[in-house]
Amino acid sequence: MKRSAERLRGRYRYSIILLKQLVKTDFRIRYQNSVLGYFWSLLRPLFLFLVLYVVFVVILKTGGDVPHFGVYLLLGIVLWNFFIEVTSGSVASIVGKGDLMRKISFPRYVIVLAVSVSALINFSLNMLVVVFFMWLGHAEPNHNAFLFPLIVSELFIFSLSIAFILSAMYVRFRDINYIWEVIVQVGFYATPILYAFSFISDKSTVLAKLIMINPVAQIIQGARYGLVTDKTTTIGDVFGTNYSVFIPLGIVIAVLLFSVVYFKKCSPYFAEEV
Amino acid sequence: MPDIVVSVKHVSKNFRLPQERTGTVKAGFTRMLHHRNKRIETQHAVKDVSFEVSKGEFFGIVGRNGSGKSTLLKMLAGIYQPTQGSVSVKGKLVPFIELGVGFNPELTGRQNVYLNGAMLGFSEKEIDGQYSDIVNFAELEEFMDQKLKNYSSGMQVRLAFSMAVRAKADVLLIDEVLAVGDADFQRKCFEYFKKLKKEKITVIFVTHDMSAVREYCDRAMLIENNKLALLGDTDKVAQAYTKLFNVIENNKGSTDSESSRWGDGAVVVSSVESSVSDESIKLKVAIQANKDFSGLVIGVRVRSSTGKEVTGTNTKKEKVQIPEITKGEKKLITISMPNIFSDGKYSIDIALQHADGITVSDWWDDATMLDIKKKRRLPYDIDPGFIIEVS
Repeated sequence: MKRSAERLRGRYRYSIILLKQLVKTDFRIRYQNSVLGYFWSLLRPLFLFLVLYVVFVVILKTGGDVPHFGVYLLLGIVLWNFFIEVTSGSVASIVGKGDLMRKISFPRYVIVLAVSVSALINFSLNMLVVVFFMWLGHAEPNHNAFLFPLIVSELFIFSLSIAFILSAMYVRFRDINYIWEVIVQVGFYATPILYAFSFISDKSTVLAKLIMINPVAQIIQGARYGLVTDKTTTIGDVFGTNYSVFIPLGIVIAVLLFSVVYFKKCSPYFAEEV
Repeated sequence: MPDIVVSVKHVSKNFRLPQERTGTVKAGFTRMLHHRNKRIETQHAVKDVSFEVSKGEFFGIVGRNGSGKSTLLKMLAGIYQPTQGSVSVKGKLVPFIELGVGFNPELTGRQNVYLNGAMLGFSEKEIDGQYSDIVNFAELEEFMDQKLKNYSSGMQVRLAFSMAVRAKADVLLIDEVLAVGDADFQRKCFEYFKKLKKEKITVIFVTHDMSAVREYCDRAMLIENNKLALLGDTDKVAQAYTKLFNVIENNKGSTDSESSRWGDGAVVVSSVESSVSDESIKLKVAIQANKDFSGLVIGVRVRSSTGKEVTGTNTKKEKVQIPEITKGEKKLITISMPNIFSDGKYSIDIALQHADGITVSDWWDDATMLDIKKKRRLPYDIDPGFIIEVS
């Protein structure tokens, strides 16, 4: 028992060392030959906010009666982008490291984890910008803001689980890349990111419920509720009970379990199949 | 009872042939629909191989290209999963399928040291501690902040090797790393091997270099046709490997002579005979002209059993004039040299060329074979008879 525990620790030691270097390499390569380098991680959401503000708050006015709609939008986009960066960024990650996998044996999940950790770091920088605009726009965070770390964890686990499934499937089915692109396009509009949720709930309660079951929708609305304004429609409002949050949570856990089993089953054969 | 650290039991590995692979979802569906009509072809890369390696042993694996030794090595390294059988390794195993695994050309030398170090299992702190040693050993002090893509291949190999020798492992897998690099680098490699032997580190070594097998390995294994052909004494394995090679070359000579012989046929070699004594080697080359010919150049080349070119010359270099020969005329050329070769088999290539030294009249690879028997065995092709005096 003691010996196996020791071996386990030894294995994770290697994973952590590798993870650190892969993430570092990713950042070094990403901002290579760019004058502003890491600042782009901050500048990108900054400009994004300006564009969103002009288009959706000043011109299109899709915010309905939601206060602080600019920050509300930005937070939604930043969360969605994190989800996309982890999932879409991971699809080809295993295949991309094929050369490495054929030469050395290491825990394959580290590759996918490295992508998601890079995305998490990026997300944290983006959140700095969000907090800046929250302060600037006098957003109204309430005590539910303390749930934010939990909400981010849920999003991280959900994104990572999907990333595991996609990256493992991509080894055998190269169509996954395109299929996922389509799903992302649909998901973007099926998730209340650019519009106030009242646009949906005013028209059809069934559709509202369907949309809210999506963990990403529940996560984005939950985060907005705590950080930006308690006028945000959450999953609890749609179903009439706060326990309804267990539906998307259940989906996340189911996807997580499936991803672990599937990835474990596929990963020993990555080296010969890529 | 020696301590067994690597145990391979009835291991087989099959690969599905690439054409049969399901590359897209559509192909997957089609395959599902036509499942019964489709025969899945498999390639048997390794068939039922079993062996054990004890602690501190230097174990060689030899075999021709495509015999399955690299697949076997990758299964030992845990990169491939065996289709059947089991591989078990006690302790930490570090594979060197290639030097400098993970090297990224866009990063600096310094950053690559940390990256490659991580692949070998070193934390940043551990690399910090030996960073200057790594750089000094690679002799790259001034270049560490340059990007790796600006390194010459020799510099890259030096850096990679400098990292590799630091790997701490119970078992090392080394796959033909010796094939790269110049003489100086190979010397460093051999020094490293000696150090490993001294420290009693278990090494599994895949190579084509029989002299290295003889010199370093305690035991060796020959893989032929994806199966274990011979396991045991290094001399016997090395001999079996060399023999295998010669038989194939001889076969080629008799059945498929076109591939190893070409030229315009103005003058052709009709026979080559060799006689070998302890002191000298004599080659008698009989030639015949198919038309009047002047300015003939005759070249000879000696290759070792592994195909390495050992030496060679031609009549132009030796300043020997071959008089004009008329159509149908025969001539006998005798080439002599002192027997300074090491024990082993060597093949002789003969070339007849026009005066320009480019146009080939008759080029014959493996025209004949030299079987050199010497009492002692040096791990080099040449044994010129050293005289060492101590005063």
